[in-house]
Amino acid sequence: MKADPIGVATGNHYIDGDHACGEGAIAAGCRFLAGYPITPSTEVAERIAERFPLVGGMFIQMEDEIASMATIIGAAWGGPKVMTVTSGPGFSLMMENIGLAVMMETPCVIVNVQRGGPSTGLPTLTAQADMMQARWGSHGDYEVIALSPNSPQECFDLTITAFNLSELWRVPVMFMMDECVGHMTEKVVIPEADKIEIVPRKMYKGKREDYLPFNFNGNGEIAPMIKAGEGYNIHLTGLTHDERGYPTLNSEAQDKNVRHLVDKILKNEEKIRLLEEDQIDGAEVIVISYGITSRVSLKAVQDARAAGIKVGTIRLIVVWPFPEKLIRKLASKVKAFVVPEINLGQISLEVERCAQGKTKTIHVPHAGGWVHDPNDILKAIKKGVK
Amino acid sequence: MSYWRAPLDINTIEVPHGEVHIDIEQCKGCEFCIEYCPRDVLELSKDFNRKGYHYPIILKQGACVNCALCEMICPDFAIFVLEGKPSHPDIDDVLKREAK
Amino acid sequence: MSEITEPTTSTLKIPKPKEPLDHPMQDYLRTERLPHIWCSTCGIGTVLTAFIAGLQKSGLDRDKVSVVSGIGCSGRAAGYLRLDSFHSTHGRAIPFATGLALGNPELKVAVISGDGDIAAIGGNHFIHAARRNMNLTVICINNFNYAMTGGQAGPTTPQEANASTAPYGAYEFPFNLPYLAESCGAVYVARWTSLHIRRATKSIAEALVKPGFSFIEVIAPCPTLYARRNRLGTGLDLMRFYHDTAKIQHGANTKDIDIEYQKEIIVGKFVDKDKPDFFTNRDNFLQNKLGDKYIPYKGTK
Repeated sequence: MKADPIGVATGNHYIDGDHACGEGAIAAGCRFLAGYPITPSTEVAERIAERFPLVGGMFIQMEDEIASMATIIGAAWGGPKVMTVTSGPGFSLMMENIGLAVMMETPCVIVNVQRGGPSTGLPTLTAQADMMQARWGSHGDYEVIALSPNSPQECFDLTITAFNLSELWRVPVMFMMDECVGHMTEKVVIPEADKIEIVPRKMYKGKREDYLPFNFNGNGEIAPMIKAGEGYNIHLTGLTHDERGYPTLNSEAQDKNVRHLVDKILKNEEKIRLLEEDQIDGAEVIVISYGITSRVSLKAVQDARAAGIKVGTIRLIVVWPFPEKLIRKLASKVKAFVVPEINLGQISLEVERCAQGKTKTIHVPHAGGWVHDPNDILKAIKKGVK
Repeated sequence: MSYWRAPLDINTIEVPHGEVHIDIEQCKGCEFCIEYCPRDVLELSKDFNRKGYHYPIILKQGACVNCALCEMICPDFAIFVLEGKPSHPDIDDVLKREAK
Repeated sequence: MSEITEPTTSTLKIPKPKEPLDHPMQDYLRTERLPHIWCSTCGIGTVLTAFIAGLQKSGLDRDKVSVVSGIGCSGRAAGYLRLDSFHSTHGRAIPFATGLALGNPELKVAVISGDGDIAAIGGNHFIHAARRNMNLTVICINNFNYAMTGGQAGPTTPQEANASTAPYGAYEFPFNLPYLAESCGAVYVARWTSLHIRRATKSIAEALVKPGFSFIEVIAPCPTLYARRNRLGTGLDLMRFYHDTAKIQHGANTKDIDIEYQKEIIVGKFVDKDKPDFFTNRDNFLQNKLGDKYIPYKGTK
């Protein structure tokens, strides 16, 4: 389905990542946003507060992030595509209700413009230290999808991808920007509406008695949704439930319910996977990076190649679910993986786990506040080749 | 109010009646219906239902006036009233009642 | 509902019904989940009956009514209603309901939840929804404690009352919920007990059709925790207490209607005023500012 032209600000823009993300959401068909202001994500909400009254959307600033997350889940079951925006401290507050969104299999997009943490940390400076939290932040066993853009243009394009993924898989999608990408101003080209592909919500249109809000068969099909007010009289709960949505509190029901939430994403990892590979074949060292660090590491890779080292790169666009099978396969073919990230080791732990000891994993940590010095990444690459 | 004779329009008065239906297996023996029935139609049974609760049984035949307070106040949806045929008040009954 | 079994020791000879008779409210209940989990002599079931009766009385299209509950005994109410019902996280029923009401403007959304869920963990959401005059009807079933988890003290537990986290008696000053609701801007505020069943039904019917934020507090007995821990008897004894001490004072000043432990309870309809609800307020304002360029949010097709 093509995007609705009313929401698409076609043309060449010179805007920052936050504004581009807002435009991407509107182009993707999002018409509801509930948020709470937090640096450095506030501009996304500000853009949307300005644009929504002109395109027929509803923006509400809630009293805190907990309310924001609860409100968007309720709104999603009223029909529209929904989004919220926050940063580290707000992300932590939203965790309980992210679990509710996962349990109710509600499509929604949660934008986290990462900043230095923990706690209040560095409100105006970049970091990438919430990556593990995106995957494990809420309690219990579950899976979500997380994306990482590396430019304002990608903030526009990948927000649309985020909405499409969340509607396809009925799962919350974490849009993990960082403050650098969010506050970086670059050229963003917004195409014509009919060049933008969006996935509409799959709605059920049959008889009330035959409707089941969930499909636990394990056949990879996702049950269609309805919206409240159409007379389907569904019941949804955060408690462990059966396919009708009724609470069923025993371990068999728990097994079926939770396995479905996990398998839905993990068994379809290859369909969800999005990454950019460069010169992987025959590489001695592969640099695995995401977000702003992927741009910084380009300089290090360039220098390493000039020095004769065969360096390949993998830029993760979908970070969760992690491309485990790919990394496992590559581990036996390279001397080292180099993982630069603006945190003290998060995705590098995943890479190390998947390498299963077949190769070295060299972390290039950075506590946050600025981007890496490319020389540090170059040093790590040279160490990997030895 | 006390009457020294039956009111002249007593034959025009229609007393509504109700048929009380009790789902004894839903009942949890709270006794709200028994306590608050304005006509004291119900009493507690000596028997138990499957869950071990005493349930209400109808004590006074024909005394229910279809007010449905029991239906409203029951927390368990275990009792309700259906409309029955109205009747005229018994003159002797009215005089006897007032004489007490 | 399971086939009704008429009592065998009945003294009244009613002819046996030919097919199982249905409770008049059967269509509004998820009968496959009855009997419900609430204790014998608990007042929550009565409030649920009042809600269904109020809904029937209000004349609203039942397919356009949605109910959201929080966590707790009162929070289980949504699970037994055959409407679009949602059981959200603890304290977050009101923002969830806000989302529903905004996401689909055709819906009438009611929140049925407990005193701890709405006034403690959900307190912030409560005051803001009232401030915004969001189109919600909030029914707070107040049994003075956190019953489901074992009778802990809550923000409405009166001083001196015993609770599991206040084993020597609660000493904190409790909330006066109608006062709180009124001061935050609610347009309809009432308090009833589960004994005042017909008046509560009427209040619910009025609140459901009124635009804006309506708040109805219903005092209900909790036999297994509050009454037992305080040696107040069963729920029936508490109902008798409500009968003896509740005073109806419509229009009373909400400042003066605090509830003290086992003292007089003032009930009635305290506030019923008109104020633009959230949608009307937003639409008028933005229409004024943006003129033709403004496109109101109408929900999805």
